Amino acid sequence: MASTTIVPSASPISGSRSFLRRLREGDEIARLITFLFAASTVLVTLLLIWELWHDSALARHKFGLQFFFTRVWDPIANQFGALPFIYGTLVTATVSLVIAVPLGIGAAIFLAELAPARLSDALEFFIDLLAAVPSVIYGLLGVFIVVPLMRDYVQPVLKNTLGFLPLFSGPAYGVGFLTAGIVLAIMVIPYIISVSREILMSVPRDQREAALSLGSTHWESTWKVVVPFARTGIMGSIFLALARALGETMAVTMVIGNTPTISASLFSPGYSIAAVIANEFTEATGDLHLQALIELALVLFLLTFLLNGLARLMIVITSQRGSGTANA
Amino acid sequence: MSPRLRWRKFVSGFMLTMTGVCALVAVSVLFFILGYLVYHGGTSINWSFFTKLPKPVGETGGGMANAIVGSAKMLLLASLLGVPIGFLGAIYLAEFSGSKVAFVVRYAADLLNGVPSIVIGIFAYSLAVLPFKHFSTLAGGFALGLMMIPITLRSTEEFLLAVPRALREAAMALGASKWKTIATVIVPAAYRGILTAVLLAFARVAGETAPLLFTALGNRFWSPGWNQPTASLPEMIFRYALAPYEDWHRQAWAAGLVLLGLILVINIVARAVLARGIAVPRA
Repeated sequence: MASTTIVPSASPISGSRSFLRRLREGDEIARLITFLFAASTVLVTLLLIWELWHDSALARHKFGLQFFFTRVWDPIANQFGALPFIYGTLVTATVSLVIAVPLGIGAAIFLAELAPARLSDALEFFIDLLAAVPSVIYGLLGVFIVVPLMRDYVQPVLKNTLGFLPLFSGPAYGVGFLTAGIVLAIMVIPYIISVSREILMSVPRDQREAALSLGSTHWESTWKVVVPFARTGIMGSIFLALARALGETMAVTMVIGNTPTISASLFSPGYSIAAVIANEFTEATGDLHLQALIELALVLFLLTFLLNGLARLMIVITSQRGSGTANA
Repeated sequence: MSPRLRWRKFVSGFMLTMTGVCALVAVSVLFFILGYLVYHGGTSINWSFFTKLPKPVGETGGGMANAIVGSAKMLLLASLLGVPIGFLGAIYLAEFSGSKVAFVVRYAADLLNGVPSIVIGIFAYSLAVLPFKHFSTLAGGFALGLMMIPITLRSTEEFLLAVPRALREAAMALGASKWKTIATVIVPAAYRGILTAVLLAFARVAGETAPLLFTALGNRFWSPGWNQPTASLPEMIFRYALAPYEDWHRQAWAAGLVLLGLILVINIVARAVLARGIAVPRA
């Protein structure tokens, strides 16, 4: 990806006139100027990758792969193991998907299959607004609304009913994996809904009609024909949401409890990669500490990069499949 | 009706109702958020919130005037960086480039768009803070500007490509050079979409906190010039919400209401007024 050289190629329309004429008319100058701006986007991206790689060299060399498998994070002893943060990031992201996927896909089905076009558009407008709410606002509501609610009502109830599971044992602090996962779920639902709705709407009409004409009910045509047709794209929307959940910083930092623990209990306070960077970066005690944090950022970058790439691919594949069949 | 069919119809009705419930729950979250912020923020907001500096720790009262000005300054810088690069880069993509270059630029922009904001913060720190040895308004604006580039670029390009080919050809047939066609025909034809894209990108970075933690840092006083640590609304919400003082919590709610109000108003104006009748690509 990084090695592709950038050669401005002539566009078909301007190619017919001589270079000198194009230069005199300003076309070549305009092309050069706009090219510089477009190229700077590529440059910034490459620089970002290089910085992350270069600035974490010390930590990468010192700890190697052990970085991902040790759980001691001790800036004073210069020992850095990322396991609790990776664990926290994965657990909160998983909890958020468990909640957000059924809700999001359900809502997307309603918007794409059931709601009249005007209602669907109006609801989509609200969903877009919801996606625009900044993460620090979710954090604010998380701290003052969700955390007390979890501590005083939800967690005691879960403990009394499902307490025999290790997932729901231990003291109810309010902050912790479960709370962070719930706040994350609320944040990623809009992405799942918007993308899945578009994917579902791109499923060709004849697929539905064929199922209905064979005698299936509305739900059967949706669940057994339309959703499987759009499956790859819906998976893409979930990956997109997962990438958001992994990289999310502020809201998680505010409700996860910021304690590097690995515990089977979802009630336990934890820590995430993004949260530890946010909390410790400006107060890093030495080069190694700083570089360990940058290595964490590198991990986060690679994870989201892979997920986003995969998600885009899946979404494109599905929408092309939809339009291909419609034309056939 | 056979029992089997009755059962299938029941399942169909039930599941479809459930999808409606899902949609209702998702949308009602927005109104919960708005309701809580208006309720808590509305009772906390007052004139001195907009005009006074934060009071020393332990004293009640004061406001966030410095954070409002700081946010405005950094958003101005961000727009100065992000909008020209995004806009002109999009013109190159839509009008000049071949498909290979366009692929690379699009790929880079999508990659940059997917980078978690905290990682952007680290990048901006090593580029705009470390060399100068201090946190500054400039560094904060730089970090936010970086985030604006891919959003502006990708959506502007889509709006430019949506301009009908006949318009281009008409201008060319009249003898206009390519850049004249772009400047006088294509961009004016797409301007409402482009303005929408820029506004949405602006609203998106206005609420960003994570990239500012390592670049603008924060400040309890005014930050004259462009070279000192600077307070911003989202960063103040973060610090005040986690602080142990009742009065700070009150001000965090007020700041949240102001910030969310600003972002939602920009979004509504951009989507419902400016972009009426045009499909807005998702950032």
